[in-house]
Amino acid sequence: MTLALDRRSLLRVSAYAGGMMLTVGGAAARAAQGDAAAAAQDLGLYVQIRPDNTILIRTATTEIGQGTLTSVPMLIAEELDADWSRVETEMMTPQLKSTDTGGMPEGVFAQGAGGSRAIMTSWTPARKVGAIARAMLVAEAAARWKVKPDTLETESGWVVDAARDRRIAYGELAAGAAVRALPDGEIALKDPADFRIVGQPQKQKNTLAIVTGKPMFGIDHKMEGMLHAVVLRPPQVGAQVASVDDSAAKAMKGVHSVVRLPDQTPGQVWGYDPIGAGVAVVATSHWAALKARDALAVEWTDPPTAENSADMVAEAEAKLAGGEGLKVQEVGDVDAAFANAAKVVKARYQAPLVAHATLEPQNTIAHVTAEKATIITPSQQPGSCARTVAAITGLPLEKIDVTMTRSGGGFGRRLATDQVAEAVYIAKAVDRPVKLLWTRECDMRTDFYRNGGVHLMEAALDADNRVIGWKHGVASHSINYRRSEDQSIEALSSREVPTEDAPGVLVPNRRYDFMPIYSAVARGWWRAPRANIFGWAEQAFVDELAEAAGEDPLAFRLKLLEGEGSYGDGRDQYTLARLSGVLRHVGEKAAWKGPEAGGGKARGIAGHFSFGSYVAHVVDVTVTEGGAFSVDRVVSAIDCGVAVNPNGIAMQNEGSINDALSTARELEITLTNGAVDQTNFDSYQVMRMIGAATRIETHIVPSTEAPSGMGEPALPPFAPALTNALYAATGKRIRQLPIGTQLA
Amino acid sequence: MAYSFTINDRQVTAEEGDMPLLWFLREEMDLVGTKFGCGIGSCGACTVLIDGEPTRSCVMPVEAVDGAAVTTIEGLAKNGELHPVQQAWIEEDVPQCGYCQTGQIMATIGLLKYTPDPSETEVREQLNNFCRCGTYARLMKGVKRAAELTKAAGEAGEKA
Ligand code: FES
Ligand code: FES
Repeated sequence: MTLALDRRSLLRVSAYAGGMMLTVGGAAARAAQGDAAAAAQDLGLYVQIRPDNTILIRTATTEIGQGTLTSVPMLIAEELDADWSRVETEMMTPQLKSTDTGGMPEGVFAQGAGGSRAIMTSWTPARKVGAIARAMLVAEAAARWKVKPDTLETESGWVVDAARDRRIAYGELAAGAAVRALPDGEIALKDPADFRIVGQPQKQKNTLAIVTGKPMFGIDHKMEGMLHAVVLRPPQVGAQVASVDDSAAKAMKGVHSVVRLPDQTPGQVWGYDPIGAGVAVVATSHWAALKARDALAVEWTDPPTAENSADMVAEAEAKLAGGEGLKVQEVGDVDAAFANAAKVVKARYQAPLVAHATLEPQNTIAHVTAEKATIITPSQQPGSCARTVAAITGLPLEKIDVTMTRSGGGFGRRLATDQVAEAVYIAKAVDRPVKLLWTRECDMRTDFYRNGGVHLMEAALDADNRVIGWKHGVASHSINYRRSEDQSIEALSSREVPTEDAPGVLVPNRRYDFMPIYSAVARGWWRAPRANIFGWAEQAFVDELAEAAGEDPLAFRLKLLEGEGSYGDGRDQYTLARLSGVLRHVGEKAAWKGPEAGGGKARGIAGHFSFGSYVAHVVDVTVTEGGAFSVDRVVSAIDCGVAVNPNGIAMQNEGSINDALSTARELEITLTNGAVDQTNFDSYQVMRMIGAATRIETHIVPSTEAPSGMGEPALPPFAPALTNALYAATGKRIRQLPIGTQLA
Repeated sequence: MAYSFTINDRQVTAEEGDMPLLWFLREEMDLVGTKFGCGIGSCGACTVLIDGEPTRSCVMPVEAVDGAAVTTIEGLAKNGELHPVQQAWIEEDVPQCGYCQTGQIMATIGLLKYTPDPSETEVREQLNNFCRCGTYARLMKGVKRAAELTKAAGEAGEKA
């Protein structure tokens, strides 16, 4: 039995293990098209109602710490009227079929995790799944009792016949419900006012397994007969293997083999996540492999460049400032606006490359034979993993089995599949299952770094302090570097320049320019990509404008954001009303009366929209002698539409704030003579409790808009609220990150 | 030469003295709740108790624990009852990705041993494992709740 859930996705219901099972996605779609063979391989299990009244819900989103293994099932459980305490959640098994191209088959849920999209894309279809299951359970109860379905109600795992004072548990109805016809027509969804699970703060599922140390992360898995691999990399980015003397390494106990990893040009084999050259040691244990790695004698070639990161930034910035950049956009008469300005404010902001540094280092278990490939990996994109394996092995996608696991942090790092590619090459070479585990040094120096950049900003204010002219030049390590054949400056400029962000987009005369910063390192998506710097540069600069105007930072922002307009790139669209709404809300909740500077203490404010949600923070700091500072309190206002799990939203806000604080305070990746200077957590010092923000108040703006995600949007506005507070406290503008010792 | 010690009250022997305890636990004993994060004693993800003291197992060779009693996260719950620190972590909903949390729990047990009723400043200064997900606000609450639960368990134990 199948039913269309939306344009592309179908739902299938079947009897299973004495209960009822609902599946959604490509397999169900193929069944509807009469392709039984393809449908036999289910894309995955979504909802299983068991005879013992427990319910298993599997989601297609990968859990990387963002809480979707709780929030997405909440949507299904809500419409199902399940007993939430008896709902278990798991991740779905991803499977790709050879006919699938591009992304995963477009099902109800996007498989993987990225862009804070899970809640947004699941909102309607997930609720429909729950509502359909509920309708079928009700129909089964009605048939048994010989009453009309619309005389029955449901309540927390029961179908209730209130008039006759009787009820039946879902578990008892499930098997019978599973063989009933699917409901006709559009399924009615609840009025949000009737929600009992959604909108209530719910704890994360699976915490018990975490605190008891159950195997659940990629690194915890194993395969029968598995060997262990580690990789030696060149110190300089882009160097290749010149020669290998592995005689000493091979003579060591437990060593199975030494594998030279092919040099990869991005785009050559499986897409655009390059792996650097390396030499892998395969042994019977991780420790044996590590010791043998140290016994390798490898000569590396000189890399094409041996860059110093600061020089690369300076070179690009000089070109940008000298007018050699690409003009990305010009609106109105910018020159006239600046010529007529009462005041001109100019500032230069700079942010560095940073690493993802997921606490669980990259790892993959791979077993490759002539017939099939089996992969276990913590990934944000199982579909890309499968396609990577297909490209390297030549196996059809249906012969590739990828198991997604929980990830020890993602932050965008696990959108790349380089570690999967590497494991597959090694597994192919040794013809045994292999667990590749990167050391921290390997992980730190082989990242897709958050791109850094320089922002040259200029604003023209008229006599009434209205912003009439805006110039914004960006020199950045473009994320598009080596991600397509087209490496023109136009291609590299794509999305590197915030032409849609307020307040710039609201200024009648504005101009944006771009210049790429050269570097040989790979770049990628890092929590709130691009917004994590745009938000800082813009919201810090706006504070400078407020000062020039002699106005309060909050009042000035609200004046800039007046109006009803809607802006954005189509994918992520925002309204001025909601953006000013979070600023107003945070102002009220924090009792904002200006920066209140005195005695080393002060407050700062900032608000930003990104990835679907609006967040504003007020940050209270204390700066002590010697330039050390503490974040004493953070008050946040969030508008993410309907708040599905207020507890999950607060957790993401708290985590994003501390991620932003850690990064702004201390973190940067630099290169000297072509080598990444940071190698482990001694030289890349992720913040600990001693520097953390622990008093955080999360206020959610009540909303009936469709929900949007919170994995990323709370991060961009934190750094500017912090540096604005530090300025108020010390008179020193932080225009370059990390803050480091600038306040000393 | 063989080294013998206990892990969660079970007697074990190890052959390779230079192998870090972390890898012995994970690969030889299948106790994977103890995590690898850095291998240089920095992050704390690999924290276990050695004779009751929180220790970073990635830099502790097996030969150095000869004759010692090692406790890992898997050995904390007794008779199906969670350790108060584990219980507190559930009540305060501390973990996000969860990867650092077993180490945080072991470190907290050590913290509470010497500072049973820690102030916020003491928690800041003494809890030295980092959390990449930034769960510090909940870690602070978790430690405080754990202190309460540990105290309550101690009092109940005295009465019994
Ligand atoms: S893995 Fe031992 S301290 Fe990081
Ligand atoms: S919860 Fe993810 S590292 Fe701490």
